[in-house]
Formats: sequence, structure tokens, C-alpha cells
Amino acid sequence: MELSTRLIFAGCYILFAPLVIGLLDGFDRKISARMQGRKGPSVLQPFYDLKKLFEKEFLSANIMQLFMIRSYLCFILLSGILFFAGFDLLLVVFALSTSAMFLILASTTTHSPFSSQGTHRELVQIMACEPMELLVAVGFYLATKPKTFVVSNIIVNSNWSNIVFLPGFFIGFVFILTIKFRKSPFDISTSHHAHQEVVKGVTAEMVGKEYAMVTLAEWYENAILYGIVAMFFLNKNPLSIIGAIVAILAVWFLEIVIDNTSARVKWQLMLKMAWGVTIVSAGMNLFLLEIIRG
Amino acid sequence: MVTLATALICLPFLWAIFPALIHNSKCRAFFVYLGCGIVMVLSVITAVQWYLAGGETLNFRLPYQEIFGYIFLVGDILLMFFITYLSFKYKKRIISVLTIVSTVVPSVLEMFGPKLKDTYTMRFDWITLIMVLIIGVIGSLIGVYAVGYMHGYHIHHHKELKDRRSFFLSMIFVFFGAMFGLVFSANLLGLYFFWEITSVTSFLLIGYTRTEEAINNSFKALWMNLLGGCGLAVAISVGILWFNTANLFEIIKLAEYNPTDMKYLLPIAMLAFAALTKSAQFPFSGWLLGAMVAPTPSSALLHSATMVKAGVYLLIRLSTAMADNYVGNMVALIGGFTFLAASCLAISVTDGKKVLAYSTISNLGLIVACAGCGYEETIWAAVFLVIFHAVSKSMLFQCVGAIENTTGSRDVEDMQGLMSIFPKLALILMIGIAGMFLAPFGMLISKWAALKAFIDTESVYVSTLMVLFICFGSATTMFYWTKWMSKILGPSPREKSRDLTKRNEYISMFFHAILMVALILGFPWISTNVLKPLSREMFGIVLQVISKENIIIMIVLLVGIFVIPYINYLMTKNVKYKKVLTYMGGANAGDNMNFVSATGEAKEMHVANFYMEDIMGEKRLFTPAIMISTFIIIVYEIIVIGGAF
Amino acid sequence: MSKIHKSPWLLHYDGSSCNGCDIEVLACTTPVYDVERFGVINTGNPMHADIFLITGGINSQNEAVVKQIYEQMPQPKVVIAVGTCACTGGIFKECYNIKGGADTVIPVDIYVPGCAARPESIIDGVVKGIGLFKEKAAKLEAGEYDTVQAGEARQ
Repeated sequence: MELSTRLIFAGCYILFAPLVIGLLDGFDRKISARMQGRKGPSVLQPFYDLKKLFEKEFLSANIMQLFMIRSYLCFILLSGILFFAGFDLLLVVFALSTSAMFLILASTTTHSPFSSQGTHRELVQIMACEPMELLVAVGFYLATKPKTFVVSNIIVNSNWSNIVFLPGFFIGFVFILTIKFRKSPFDISTSHHAHQEVVKGVTAEMVGKEYAMVTLAEWYENAILYGIVAMFFLNKNPLSIIGAIVAILAVWFLEIVIDNTSARVKWQLMLKMAWGVTIVSAGMNLFLLEIIRG
Repeated sequence: MVTLATALICLPFLWAIFPALIHNSKCRAFFVYLGCGIVMVLSVITAVQWYLAGGETLNFRLPYQEIFGYIFLVGDILLMFFITYLSFKYKKRIISVLTIVSTVVPSVLEMFGPKLKDTYTMRFDWITLIMVLIIGVIGSLIGVYAVGYMHGYHIHHHKELKDRRSFFLSMIFVFFGAMFGLVFSANLLGLYFFWEITSVTSFLLIGYTRTEEAINNSFKALWMNLLGGCGLAVAISVGILWFNTANLFEIIKLAEYNPTDMKYLLPIAMLAFAALTKSAQFPFSGWLLGAMVAPTPSSALLHSATMVKAGVYLLIRLSTAMADNYVGNMVALIGGFTFLAASCLAISVTDGKKVLAYSTISNLGLIVACAGCGYEETIWAAVFLVIFHAVSKSMLFQCVGAIENTTGSRDVEDMQGLMSIFPKLALILMIGIAGMFLAPFGMLISKWAALKAFIDTESVYVSTLMVLFICFGSATTMFYWTKWMSKILGPSPREKSRDLTKRNEYISMFFHAILMVALILGFPWISTNVLKPLSREMFGIVLQVISKENIIIMIVLLVGIFVIPYINYLMTKNVKYKKVLTYMGGANAGDNMNFVSATGEAKEMHVANFYMEDIMGEKRLFTPAIMISTFIIIVYEIIVIGGAF
Repeated sequence: MSKIHKSPWLLHYDGSSCNGCDIEVLACTTPVYDVERFGVINTGNPMHADIFLITGGINSQNEAVVKQIYEQMPQPKVVIAVGTCACTGGIFKECYNIKGGADTVIPVDIYVPGCAARPESIIDGVVKGIGLFKEKAAKLEAGEYDTVQAGEARQ
């Protein structure tokens, strides 16, 4: 791919990812409210929240937290740029897990009981998701001819949408997306709901702009995850973009439905389920793919 | 060149006499420093000279080779008597059987068996170069550290123990000599001799404190390593009787030319078996965990940074003969399984040194898996892992040792807020941990290459299993390191106290930290100038393992991980903010450490990490792990042995 | 232009109340009343909250707690006392351990009377509170609230 194309994609990501994901988030809250028989907030609510958070007074229990969070945001952006500019998918996953570490460190610098608890839940969540994220990269590598981890080559070189070869990987990936998007049954009881047990988990001690930056970083991260969903459907035919968009919307809606219909589970069950689904669906798919492509 | 190599092997053995005889603390310290300095300089000079000479593989015989041959033979027999005596003394008679069998058989064959032709007995090539540098530089630094550490160990902490520092320090030199000998040896008989010395040295050092636990653990290490020795003995016997050679490289060549003939694979399988015991893979991991009772320098030196590398060194040597065959599959599966199992187990332990022990086993597992796979990419990854692991693990062990000496505890839970009370130690700990798993650092580069190579492995089920092992193993690895890291930052409940770490300990640790950063920055250079020739020498072809594009990304990430936090730190240093208490439901007792309890009094708050004992606990996982890995080894060994006869 | 009036997050603190008002407060978040349509989120965290909603009176046990939570909320912030007890101490006022309404320890902006306060009136109070934000935000921009300098805070 040309450098200029890469730059355009990366630029679009930086500019539009928060807009699109924020809007999806707004519709998410609206649709959730309607499902529960409520009116719900405006679809622009996530942006109002974000703007407000940036404007609030800045309090802090430990100033170290701020630079950790900024580094977290920077690293997420870096991974996103690597992904949307079409570089190596495996490195993107690695970069994402590095950035998650900054979030973990940020929340533990305060030594607060609630944020510590949230941090460990977060760590378990990362541990539950990481194998599947790596396996997705492996799946694309095997499905493409010639074998490659490079995002742009994976899309340009496939005659068929990769979902044909990777249905198991797709199921596994959608499963961990529920965890990644902090949806029931795998979230901790914080979020937009009217009941809390552990205050606000990993973000409990983050005030004003710190919390805003974490929210923004999550939007950027979600954009990457939706991008990976799209990769399952994209092929060298430009029309496949439509399919990809439909798929993203379907996955997005599915997550809302799951969120609104399931009860919260303990982390033990989450870990077992996530790993179980990963091994069964992605593992089986991997084995079959190795046989076909071996 | 030959003189230098000979000096490297012999000098440490002779130098060991000094610390053994000198009992004046100052004077002995001087000789140890001098010895370490000489060993380091000598190893670097040897390496540089060989590198500048063009890096051609050098086969040679030691001067007075015949005399050395007799020394090896007599030495083997003396070691056998020594072990037999000890095993009778401590009523572990079964161990004497192992040593007698494994020594008598090759010795008898050497004396009365078919006459072997005189070929070269030593070899210096690229792998040797890397090993020599690791042993020489890292080993000597640990030697320097040991002087200060052992002083604190006896004077401040363990007054009840008998002061046997002379013995300890001289054993370290014996160990250097044995390791140098081991990596130079091309002749299996020589290799066997040095191999046994490392086993015995480690046995003696683990038992250093002579407590009951130490003695039990040291015997555990001994029997496992001797079992590996038996494997070597079988390989030697097979080599001499069937192929009329005791040369490692000839045996490897034979196996390479006949990849399907089990007869030629048998010695390779036996050597691989020996290497698995030495590198503490499941089911032989117990000895490395037990070795943590020894004083920290010996844990750092023997049981993580250098000695266990003897096992993986041998496997890397064998890797060309293991590509896509039963032996390779066995080694890869054991390695991959160990990588996953040990990293799961590391989650459930709180003792810092034990976490390090498990992570050592786990990382060695990855290296072993790479070697077992036997492709250019995996060897590239394996060698990188060896280098990075040696540096960062030795640094971490020294750091935890220093923390223990200073704070009186090596429990991870007690390291809360280390950054605010001992920033220097905390910084070293952070660099070490980051080196073990974070994005642009060494481990990750290697993991990238390893994963790619495993997908390409021919055998479908091995490939699938290995990919799963690596994916799950990385997740668990990340978990236990991150939760440790997250303890270090933040406030501490303790008062600031005096840092008891000696200056020489700091010198060693900072040197490691600098080395670590230098390695990371120099990784493209090492890749082109050391690993490429290495790959050319082993496989005859040079493959661009990592594309230019990815190297650029790695460098961007690398710069990112130093620069982004630093810039952000500078930018946020003077941000206006109002200090608040952390949220504890409004019940803080005026600070972030205590809360108002139900009785109205302030109580200290404890925040602990997750250890998942009911899922990942040692009680739950250890025995199944041993059983599964034993099963894998037995099945594959039966296939190979059965096929050979 | 500040957006705080569009996204007021709420922290509910239960003082020494009979729990009648608490149930009514939670009723506000149910589909019937749906306070979220104003962008209100019931956070459990003072660090994220804009509105401090107190039910029940202040006693000698929770006095320090209320003060601390108030301190942990970033400016601009609004305090709403919901129910008679939070306004004045209510029927518990004469008890040996009761200090009185919420305004005995922190400045209260809006008083919502009622025993228990009805959801409609609570929402009314919240919306009134939201109205106060504009002027509070303007004050914050003018620097009328004390923000401690970084250097001082470290000591």
C-alpha cells in the first residue's frame, strides 16, 4: 500500500473514530432505554458527557495517574494507527495489551480499595480476552494466501470474505467483544445502570479529564475491535465494504441485546466461558484450517 | 584463539582455589572481584577477537588433549564416588545407582570400547559466542553481586547459619569453568564431564544452608540432573557402539541425513531428554523451584541466568536434527506445555522468588519449544529469548534479593509502594519486569517470530497445540507480571528506611539495566550481525525473519514506550490539581492507608492482588502438569526407542 | 459553552433516613420516571458526580463521611437535600445523636421537601439543580473556587 493511502486511513481513524463510536454509543443507550420501556437520553449524550468531564475541576489522589492515562491514550492511538494504516495485525494486538498495562498501572497508583478491585477484574478480563485476540491474528494469517499478518495484504489478497474460512474465530471473537465492550454478563456492576457494587472499577479514582481520556481511549480501542470485525467480511471487492458495515451493525446490535437480557456473572465463570469458547470454536477452526491449508 | 578458549575453561577452575583458601573477608572479596573481572574481560576479548577474525566456525583440539582426556575420565569417576558417598551419608542410596550407571558405562566404553578416531574436541561458533558472552558478562556480574549479598546475608539476616562464604564463592568459579567447558565441547565425553560438574555444583549450592529443606531440595536437583546425565550416557554409548563416534556434531549430521531412521534419532532423543531435565521443563521442574532455598546469587546465577541455559543451549544445537520429526515434536510439545503450565502456576504464588522461578521455567519452555520446532525463525527467536532472558532474569533476581535484604521480605504483597520508599530498587524491578513481557522488548519480538513459525510447522496437531499454548501462555504471563508491576507504584504503608543494598550490588544491577536498554536499542544490529550468520551457519540459508516494515514498527513502539510516558510525565508534572483522598466510601481516617472501622477507630487497609488459588493453585495444577508431561515424554521416547531396535 | 447541564451525574447518599426517600430516589431511575432522559447517571462515585443527593439527616457517625464525600467531588457541584429529614432532621431531629439537616455540615443548594419526597418532586429538584450549573460553571471559569497549586498540594 502507498504511504499516502496509509496516512489517509490513519488520519481518518484519528478524526472520525471517536465520532462514529461515540454516536454508536449514544444510539446504544437510546436503544437500551427503549428496550427497557424508557425514553432514554439524547443520542449525543456521550459527547455531552465527554465535554463535561473535560471541563470539570481536576482533583487527584496521585498525580502520577495523569501521565499514565495520557500514555494509555497515546498507545491506544498508536495501535489504532498501526491497524488502520494496514500494518501487522499481531503487533497491533501486542501494542493493545501494552497500552492496557498503562491503564492498570494508572488505576493502582492510588492504592484505593475500589480501583484495586476493579483493576484486578480488568486484569482477569484482559487475560480472558487475550488468547482470542492473538488467535484472530493467527486465523487471518492462515486464511490468506500468501500467508501474512499484514492487514492491508489480508484484505487485498483475499478473493472471498475470510468469514468463510474463519467462522469459529468469528464466534469466539464476538464472544470476547462482550467482555471488551464492558457489557453484561461480563461487566462489573458499574456502567450506566442504577446499581453499583464496586463504584466504578478501574476508573474509580479518575476525575474529570482523566476519566474523559479513558473514555476517549476506549472509543478508539472499540474502533479497532470493530475494524477487526470488518476484516472478517472485507475482500478485494470494494462492494464488500457494505457487507462489513452491515456486519458491524449486526454485531453492535447483538451486543446490545445480550447486554439487556443477561444477568451478571462472576469472574470465575467469565474466565472459564471465555477460554472455553476460545478453545472450542477457535481451536477447532484452527485445527481444520491447518488441515486445509497445511 | 585456542589459547584463549583453553584459558577460559581452565582459569576459573584454578581461580576457585583463592576464595576457598583465603578466609579474610576483604582480601577474599578482592580476589573474587579480580577473578570476575578477568573472566569477564577474557570472555569479551575472546568473543571480539573471534568476531573480528570473520566469525568462521573454529574446530580445534585443546593443547595436551590426551591429558585433558584423562582428567575428564578421572574427574568423572571422582564425582561418582563423591555423589555415592553423599547419597549413602544422607540415606538416599537410590541416587548412587543413577550416578554409577551413568558414569561407568561411558567410561568403560571409552577405555575398552572401539577406538575412536581423533577428531576435533572443541568448537567455537556463533552459538558458542553468545553463550560465552552470557556466561562471562552476566555470570561475572552476579559474582560481583554475590560478594556484597553474602556479606549482608550472614551479617544481617542469617546469623544462625554457619558462614561458608569461601566455599560458596569458590563454587561460583568452578561453575564458570564448567559452563565455559560445556559450551566449547564438541566431544560428548567432555560435554558429559562438564555437565556433571554443573549438576554437582548446583547440588552443593542448593544445599548451602544445610537446613533440612535445603538438603532435601538439593537431592531432588541431584537426582533429576543425574537422570539427565543417564540420557547423555545412553547417547554416548549409542554413538560409540553404533556409529563409532562421540562427536556431537557428527551425531547431529547423521540424524540430519537420515531424518526418518529412528536409529539415528535415538541419540538425539536421549540428548534432548538430558537437555529437558537441565532446563527444568515439566516434569522436571521441581528441582528449579526447590533451588530457591539457596542464597539469591546462586538462584540468579545457576538457576535462571546461566545454568539452565546449558539445557536450552544443547537443544538449540540439536534443533537442525529435530525439525519436523518425533524428537522435535516431543521437545516442542513439552516446551509449549511448560510455557503455559508454569505461567498459570506463577499466578498463584506470592513469594517473589517463586514467581521468578516459575517465570524462568515458563520462558525456558518457550525457548525449548522454539528449539524443538527447528526452523530458522524459531531459532532466531530462541536465541533472542536466551539473551534477553539471561539479562532481565539475572537483574530481577538480584533486585528481589536486594529488596529482601533491605525490607526483610520478598513477598510480592509486601512490595506495595516500593517506588515511594526505595525508588532505585523499584526502577530496576520495573525495567526487569518490562523486559520480560512488554511490547517492544525482547520477549515480545521473540514471541512474534515463534508464533509465526509454529503456525507454519508441518505437523497439524503439533502446530495447533503450540499456537494455543502460546496464545494462552502469553495471556497468563501478562497477568502475573502486570499484577506484580501494579504493586510497585503508589503509596506505601511503610516508613522510609535505610537502603541496605551494597554498592557493588547496585553496580551489578545498574550494569544489567544499561545492558538491557542497550540490547533493546541494538536489536536490529544484533539481528543482522550475529543472528544472520548464526542462521547461515546452521541452516545454510539466510531468511529475513522480520520484515523491514515490522522492524520500523518495533522501533516506533520502542521509542514510544520510553518517550511517550516521559513526555507525558514532563507535561503533567506541573499541572494544577487539588489533592483529595481516595474514595473509601467516605471512611478514610485522614489518609489513604487507614479507614475508620465499625468501632470508630482507624484500621489499616490491606489491598491484595488476585492469586486465583482455586483455579490456578499449585495444589490443583502441579500434579496434573507433571502427569501430562511425563506421559508426553514416555510416549515419544517409546516411539523413538521402539523404532530404533 | 459548558455542557454540564446536559450531563449531570448523581451521587446518592443515604444519611440516617427511614429509607422511604431512598426508594423514591431509585424510583426516579425506573421506566416510569426515567431520569436518564436528562442525561442523569446514578454513579456510585463522588469523583465522577456533579450532584450530591442526600436523603436522611446527619448524625454524629455520618457527619465526617458526608464532609469527606463532598470534598471528593470536583467543582462545579450541586447539593440537593431530598426529604424532610435531609432538609431539617425531620422526626429524628430531637434524637440524641442527630445534628439536623444536611446543611449543618455542607452547603445545600436545593431543598426537596416531602415525607417521603415524591419522585416528581425529586426530579423537579434535580432539574432545578441542573439550572444552577450554568452559573456555577461560569464561577469556576472566573476562578472563584480555590484550586490548590500543584506545588502546595505535594506538601
